[in-house]
Amino acid sequence: MTTKVTVRVGDRVFSTTTVVAGVVILATLAAVAIFLVIQSIPALLAPKGGLPNGATNFWQYVGPLVFGTVWAAFLALLFATPLSVGIALFISHYAPRRVSQTLGYIIDLLAAVPSVVFGLWGIVVLAPFVQPLYQWLGDNLGWIPLFAGPVSGTGRTILTAAIVLAVMVIPIMTAICREVFLQAPRLHEEAALALGATRWEMIRMAVLPFARSGIISAIMLGLGRALGETFAVAMVLSPAFIVKFAVLQAQNPNTIAANIALQFPEATGLSVNALVASGLVLFAVTLLVNVLARWIISRRAAFSGANG
Amino acid sequence: MKLTRIAPLGALIAAGALVLAGCASNEAGATDAAPSGGTSASALSGTINGIGSSAQGVAQQTWIAGIPTANPDLTINYDPQGSRAGRKSFISGAADFAGSDAALKDEELAGTFALCADGTAAIDLPVYISPIAIAYNVAGVSDLKLDASTIAGIFSGKITTWNDPKIVALNKGAALPSAAITVVHRSDDSGTTQNFTEYLAANAKDVWTAPSGQTFPYQVGDAAKGTSGVAEATKNAKNSITYIDESGAAGLSIAQLKVGDAFVKISATGAAAVVADSPLVAGRGANDLAIAINRTDTQANAWPLVLVSYIIACQQYQDAAKGALVSQYIQYVAGDAAQQSAASQAGSAPLSAELSAKVIAAAKTIK
Repeated sequence: MTTKVTVRVGDRVFSTTTVVAGVVILATLAAVAIFLVIQSIPALLAPKGGLPNGATNFWQYVGPLVFGTVWAAFLALLFATPLSVGIALFISHYAPRRVSQTLGYIIDLLAAVPSVVFGLWGIVVLAPFVQPLYQWLGDNLGWIPLFAGPVSGTGRTILTAAIVLAVMVIPIMTAICREVFLQAPRLHEEAALALGATRWEMIRMAVLPFARSGIISAIMLGLGRALGETFAVAMVLSPAFIVKFAVLQAQNPNTIAANIALQFPEATGLSVNALVASGLVLFAVTLLVNVLARWIISRRAAFSGANG
Repeated sequence: MKLTRIAPLGALIAAGALVLAGCASNEAGATDAAPSGGTSASALSGTINGIGSSAQGVAQQTWIAGIPTANPDLTINYDPQGSRAGRKSFISGAADFAGSDAALKDEELAGTFALCADGTAAIDLPVYISPIAIAYNVAGVSDLKLDASTIAGIFSGKITTWNDPKIVALNKGAALPSAAITVVHRSDDSGTTQNFTEYLAANAKDVWTAPSGQTFPYQVGDAAKGTSGVAEATKNAKNSITYIDESGAAGLSIAQLKVGDAFVKISATGAAAVVADSPLVAGRGANDLAIAINRTDTQANAWPLVLVSYIIACQQYQDAAKGALVSQYIQYVAGDAAQQSAASQAGSAPLSAELSAKVIAAAKTIK
């Protein structure tokens, strides 16, 4: 009889704790959202001429920033996705066990490097290294609008920032893809091999279809990190208040997070509200991306590597 | 059994004691220029906190480290969050004094200051003068001479190549390449940009038409974050030019500036001479030493491209003990020994003797 009473109390304590934890998280998220909205309102209703960069209304101010954020994240994922999938496939299906363990360990180590270090690496090593490549691209392929000149003299363009972002995003994506590839059903793989498929054909037939939504969830996670990356982009990018697709020039669209990092210390009055409002826009964009990811994964819930 | 219970606790206590011993508050980076003499005061004790300009950051660290060892209980903390953050914190009472590259604006002066006694206002005292250099990285050119309108042309994008006739006219005999100029400017708002644009607006009005401000107004060349970012970008790019605090220009060549009819090399004394030659901002309190820098100064060897950074403090503090500490700190900072140590560690220009005396006299009136 007494044992039954003890279990019930423990049960109640545990369930209360979990409920409280959930509520606290939701409350924090709500508090952040409320703070963002309240602080942004003066900027959203700003009179002409009050906003920085000479913007006449808020959307004109935040438009180039949203473009820069999405464009930089897109370029970063363009580089990171094939690399991550390739590394994960190599680790799970091609490499001998010892090599794959070491490689997995090194990739995880890359995830632990702080973003400021990547920013420093970008300025000191990467930008001077790629600048001659950009010069060559601009001279020979400058007729493609993407590579239009005049080429930046320092190499600190949005392409360089995208490369740094890609390096930061690869460890996360590789870890998820590797887990998903390792969970591909063995029987399918062996059946494919038994029917005479080569290693690559086996992967194409048995592993990749199974792992599709896992790869997408990895991409979405990487996208979330790339959208919000602040310091590496702030240090590496040479920003200007424009919208353009050319990736080799000295004036590049800035990202929202990097813009806040650069302008906040010296911002006054309405500029602070404008920065917070741009933060709200970034919050909304990231939320949208996550909702999209969840929806895509839920469509193939039975096969996803993620839980549920 | 008892040992296995006590041992982890004992290890935790031992580790905690070691860690806390390492956190002694008077452990600052050692500097070689510890001033001897200086402002001697009977042992002061207490803590005051300053927030503000990052330009003053290194200098403040030097001054804090060099506080005479007669005051072991005096703790001064300085957080270089930026001039605007410093002024905001001082007004709200979060900081006891602010470091700022710009004196308090009229609207700020008219407001209330949380730490000041009712009816009194805050004062600005200049404590840090930094020459701004036009630094460049062009192979084969080591003695570049420029004047204000050429600089304005380069930084506004009107002059695009190194062998432009205007640059060649000032540098007869120099081997200027025909390459494009890579301009590097600040991507973040900064007091350096403010002073640079004010200088150009005063001296090259027809070429530099944008208003002066903390944000670089033209979309030309590369933008980099902070003094160190700009220095790195210029060092790594060929045929580049930038404006930068002199303390960050190590490794780059610095151009000579045309002042009046002669070309002047950058010098601490030149910068201090310009500041000493400038009038105080009109319409302020008797002890408020905000300076309206004379950008068109043409005295011999003057360097008018200069940044002046202030300490902003209350004329009278609600807490008299705090007022005494701030007063003593500013008197020390404006004194010759502290200014010399800042000059050697942070690359600033020491205050001229008369200005130093004025600042010390004004600081004495802080209660």
